[in-house]
Amino acid sequence: MTSSAGAVKAAPWNDPAARPYVEIERITKSFGDFKAVDDVSLKIYKGEIFCLLGASGCGKTTLLRMLGGFESPSSGRIFIDGEDMTGVPPYERPVNMMFQSYALFPHMSVEQNVAFGLKQDGVAKREIVERVATMLDLVKLGSFAKRMPHQLSGGQKQRVALARSLVKRPKLLLLDEPLGALDKKLREHTQFELISLQDKLGVTFVVVTHDQEEAMTLASRIGVMNHGEIVQAGTPPEIYEFPSSKFVADFVGSVNIFEGKLIEDEPEYVRIGSEELGGVIYVSHGISAAPEAVVWAAVRPEKIFMSTAPPEGADNVARGAVQDIAYLGDLSIYLVKLPTGKIVRVTQPNTSRHAEAITWDQQVYLSWDATSPVVVTR
Amino acid sequence: MNQRRSFFIITCLAFGFAFLYIPILSMVVFSFNASKLVTVWDAANSPTLKWYYSLLHNEEILDAAWISFKVAVINATGAVILGTLAGFGLARFTQFRGRFTLNAMTTAPLVMPEVITGLSLLLLFVALEQTIGWPAGRGVTTMTIGHMTFSMAYVTVVVQSRLASFDTALEEAAMDLGARPLKVFFVITLPIIFPAILSGWLLAFTLSWDDLVISSFTSGPGSSTLPMVVFSKVRLGVSPEINVLATLTVAVVTLMIVAVSFWMARASRLEKAADLAAPDSG
Amino acid sequence: MTGRGLVVMLPYLWLLLFFVAPFVIVLKISFSDIDLAIPPYKPLFEWIGKNSLAIKVNFNNYAFLFTDSLYLKALLNSIKVAFVSTLCCLAIGYPMAYGIARSKPATRNVLLLLVILPFWTSLLLRVYAWIGLLKANGVINNVLIWLGAIHEPLTMLYTPFAMYVGIVYSYLPFMILPLYANLEKMDWQLLEAAEDLGCRPWQAFYKITLPLSRNGMLAGSMLVFIPAVGEFVIPALLGGPNALMIGRVLWDEFFSNRAWPVASAVAILLLVILVPFMMWYQSVQARESAGAR
Repeated sequence: MTSSAGAVKAAPWNDPAARPYVEIERITKSFGDFKAVDDVSLKIYKGEIFCLLGASGCGKTTLLRMLGGFESPSSGRIFIDGEDMTGVPPYERPVNMMFQSYALFPHMSVEQNVAFGLKQDGVAKREIVERVATMLDLVKLGSFAKRMPHQLSGGQKQRVALARSLVKRPKLLLLDEPLGALDKKLREHTQFELISLQDKLGVTFVVVTHDQEEAMTLASRIGVMNHGEIVQAGTPPEIYEFPSSKFVADFVGSVNIFEGKLIEDEPEYVRIGSEELGGVIYVSHGISAAPEAVVWAAVRPEKIFMSTAPPEGADNVARGAVQDIAYLGDLSIYLVKLPTGKIVRVTQPNTSRHAEAITWDQQVYLSWDATSPVVVTR
Repeated sequence: MNQRRSFFIITCLAFGFAFLYIPILSMVVFSFNASKLVTVWDAANSPTLKWYYSLLHNEEILDAAWISFKVAVINATGAVILGTLAGFGLARFTQFRGRFTLNAMTTAPLVMPEVITGLSLLLLFVALEQTIGWPAGRGVTTMTIGHMTFSMAYVTVVVQSRLASFDTALEEAAMDLGARPLKVFFVITLPIIFPAILSGWLLAFTLSWDDLVISSFTSGPGSSTLPMVVFSKVRLGVSPEINVLATLTVAVVTLMIVAVSFWMARASRLEKAADLAAPDSG
Repeated sequence: MTGRGLVVMLPYLWLLLFFVAPFVIVLKISFSDIDLAIPPYKPLFEWIGKNSLAIKVNFNNYAFLFTDSLYLKALLNSIKVAFVSTLCCLAIGYPMAYGIARSKPATRNVLLLLVILPFWTSLLLRVYAWIGLLKANGVINNVLIWLGAIHEPLTMLYTPFAMYVGIVYSYLPFMILPLYANLEKMDWQLLEAAEDLGCRPWQAFYKITLPLSRNGMLAGSMLVFIPAVGEFVIPALLGGPNALMIGRVLWDEFFSNRAWPVASAVAILLLVILVPFMMWYQSVQARESAGAR
């Protein structure tokens, strides 16, 4: 599936010479003593779908609103396409927003809603009619032009909101929890539609969401936020496979985190002695940490092998009893309790109906590859 | 258990509504009574429309009604302007200098006894007349000003509460699409809260039309309103023409309330039908 | 943010001039002397010679209020009458509001309209209706005599009883509507939960519904009590000469006796007593709207 394929291929964020389309420079927003956004700096490139991911209250919506001009930063600057837009009101920014509640004007028809922004710009009537019709066709609502908002379903309302904000060909489109109000099937469908629309029109998207699945599907890059700060920014694979902290590891997907102390620290590998695990973790890459430092090794559930026979080697293994099983159809989640008391989460795809079925209280061996753990120092 | 409780509640409701409506119904019934004694039914000559005829030709009452109407219309329009501004300010601007004062000034008139408001307004007008020569004597102008002052408090409450349940995202969306704040107010906010403003207008109109105390304090010679005329008549006892007036008033109010509720029911029925018709095609 | 300032400036200035300033003037006049002139009070400030300004603050009016028992009696009576009326309105209005809030949506709308209709009908006319009902040859007496329940007409008009009836009658919608607004928002499942846990219906009402409707009761009570204290029309039309209410006293003082300074002092006194209740009302309203958010 392409996800802003052009942008991903070029990976401009890795190119120091590339000019960012949106530059957020040390933005802080305080409400009294409370810092909703704390010294955030970010570069977003043209054609990206950038997702701000975080729990409620982490500051992502505030940051989005500052991009839109609905809040003014307490300090810092925002540049869009090279121009300083800090303090510019929303009606003068080449930025449009799709609101979480869609905010369709109830007293105007679908057509009038979509045409509203063009009218404000003083675009010629004939052109408005043309552009509105084209846009409505693009979101597959051509025959709904004369309907009123209360006559539309949730998904239809969303498409009108999208059409309304895209018809002005903004430089930047901001989306506030765009898929939150939709049910699961519709959400999946709309995710792919959004991506294809963005691809077609080439607009840069900034999306705010608390749903990490959504972020992983949509984004070319994700910015994980916590307590007003961006704790890590990177592509979905980067965020998932190489989290920079316990928080990110735990927030995106599920993870098993083993606390331990560095026993051996070499450029090509490290060994961590973990009481929680009751053994040694061998990681086949070096890290930079002080000797004897306390570190954490994060291992994803799908990367753990579970078997009834003991595996080879002494590192990266553990033995425990299956405490709980959750059957989800395509995969099963096992909670395995180690003798140390630690509960490890293992997921396995249900590839075969005849495979040795693992049941409750069964003794199993867990093991994983040396490449699987990610070591984080905070 | 539920049965007993609902029986109690139903009895209370029945008595309560009887209490509310028996006086009104008795006025209506006796407006058709031929006897001048009003409450003693003159079976021989009733029902009759003679008091209706006499009321509608009563110069004093018609003049007073005209004055009341003029004052009420101007008052309602002015109160709506002032009240909408105040309601908008209080609902949207969470902090500004004087917010506490404005809030207090718009809620106090709702509960303050009218004799105090009336007295204070009159003394103000007298003092103003003495110092700057305006207003020159009391009359329709001073009455209108007085009415507007307390009416706007009611309109403020109505508008403020309507705006509180108004989705601010609509205003932000309009701004985001390029409309400046003033335009947003006139093109988006106002049309949507219009029913609230209309009901505020009607409320202000009614308050002014029915007002006695403040009118008495702030009126002058030749500017007697309908309530003032009614009051002077009923101080002396019952009067059949007043029964007629009451009947006509009740009739108008009932018609209006029925019309409004009909219109609202129709609007919501149309919405429901439209909702069912819209296919949930995602 | 001058745009914002402009929006609120107009109503702000208007109210400052026509609502607040008058009270200052009332205060000022309450300190002045009565004068047989137009206007009937002596000015507070007087120029003596060219450079000195004498300010005569006359506390006589207030002294008069406190020494002449009429005013204190009227004030206390007004508070008593308003208080009792509020309780009656609560007793009648609460079951009604509850009944309306609990009824099916279709019935509820009709019942609400039935409550709102008297609210929109002139208070004066509705009070007048009671004259016709309560007088010696009025409807009630006629019906009772016709039924044989009594032989002599009861004296009901121009008594304190008539005044109470009039006040409760006129202010009942003001009690029902805020109560209804509050009860309508209640989560009735709370009562079901209570009953599920062993509570009997009346207990559930007492322990759950009643406390949760406190704000509605307070709002309704303030909307009845505060204006009722200063009520004039009802005592004037129904109360008779013995119904001593402060609103009437103020009116008579002002219109009949032309004693503007004394009337002003009465108004100030009344205001001082009512302001704490008004502030209480405001805080109840603020709490209610904060809770709703």
